[in-house]
Amino acid sequence: MSQILPSGSPAPDFALHVTPDQTVSLSEFRGRPVILAFYPADWSPVCGDQMALYNEILPEFRKYGAELLGISVDGVWCHTAFAKDRKFHFPLLADFEPKGAVARLYGSYRQEGIAERALFVVDKDGMIRWSYCSPVGVNPGAVGILQALEELER
Amino acid sequence: MQLKEDVTPDDHSQGQEEAKVTLVEYGDYQCSDCGSAYPVVKRLQERFGESLRFTFRNFPFAQAHPMAESAAEAAEYAATKGKFWQMHDDLYEHQSELSVELLASLATKNELGAELLTEALVQQTFQKRVRKDFIGGARSGVNGTPTFFINGIRHDGEGDVETLAVAIEQFLWRTLANQSLRMPEMSGARLLRVAMVF
Repeated sequence: MSQILPSGSPAPDFALHVTPDQTVSLSEFRGRPVILAFYPADWSPVCGDQMALYNEILPEFRKYGAELLGISVDGVWCHTAFAKDRKFHFPLLADFEPKGAVARLYGSYRQEGIAERALFVVDKDGMIRWSYCSPVGVNPGAVGILQALEELER
Repeated sequence: MQLKEDVTPDDHSQGQEEAKVTLVEYGDYQCSDCGSAYPVVKRLQERFGESLRFTFRNFPFAQAHPMAESAAEAAEYAATKGKFWQMHDDLYEHQSELSVELLASLATKNELGAELLTEALVQQTFQKRVRKDFIGGARSGVNGTPTFFINGIRHDGEGDVETLAVAIEQFLWRTLANQSLRMPEMSGARLLRVAMVF
């Protein structure tokens, strides 16, 4: 498993495509917490799917003012189809060209060409306050994220 | 992973509070894996009898499964009339036909008043109740459905009858061992006989 950026590191800024003609950068969210959820690939089965789970928990994340960004190496059209099919209400960012560049910045790139299942909670000032890398086949759920968001408010 | 929300009388449970093992399921009425888990739980209940208490909590993937939330709210509505389990069972037994019309017809079948149910669904009267289960689950490490907890510990193994039965037996053994420690007169042979009952 990769050595992901630990809590206490500044979160490297990035800009990634969310649609073919629109990019999103991390710095746009300065002033509120951001959850970065790197995941291996679109189109995993629904009932145990990490992104489908976060989509349902989204209102709870937003209670903390937090924004959720999903990131994988899939391209924008793939993301668009996936998000539409699953009725996602948060952006999926395409870490597509150069492939996995942002995942590499966060230490979350796997040699076989996909992102790790790595989670980062970034505070309003752009510092990583919690990070976790799950085995690729294991959905880490939301317990760690919710605890980290709670800690931010203390 | 530990269950953060203890089972309380507000939950929907079958079996006694004193049961040695409590099995909690977080489920979605439109999830096919939960549909497969439905007869599994019935078999476990037959097998373990009074030793097992079963609690069902809502964990609808409402965005992925368009009928999951309404079905969960319908079961909660039925609960207010003392008919949660009838509705719960009917929903799983008719999982492939889930629709607004089916919910209404199940309400009629269970003498719950189809119109009252429809009104409750429109008003989202039971949304908060369903969401409370959901958030408690998310905070306890539910990451998909169905997720089982046995005496408060998440079951990460397979969800078939045998795997769950073995896990439940381990908790029964533990309870028995604790009891025998408290009752020194219970000999090894007696403990074995008691254990064989399960």
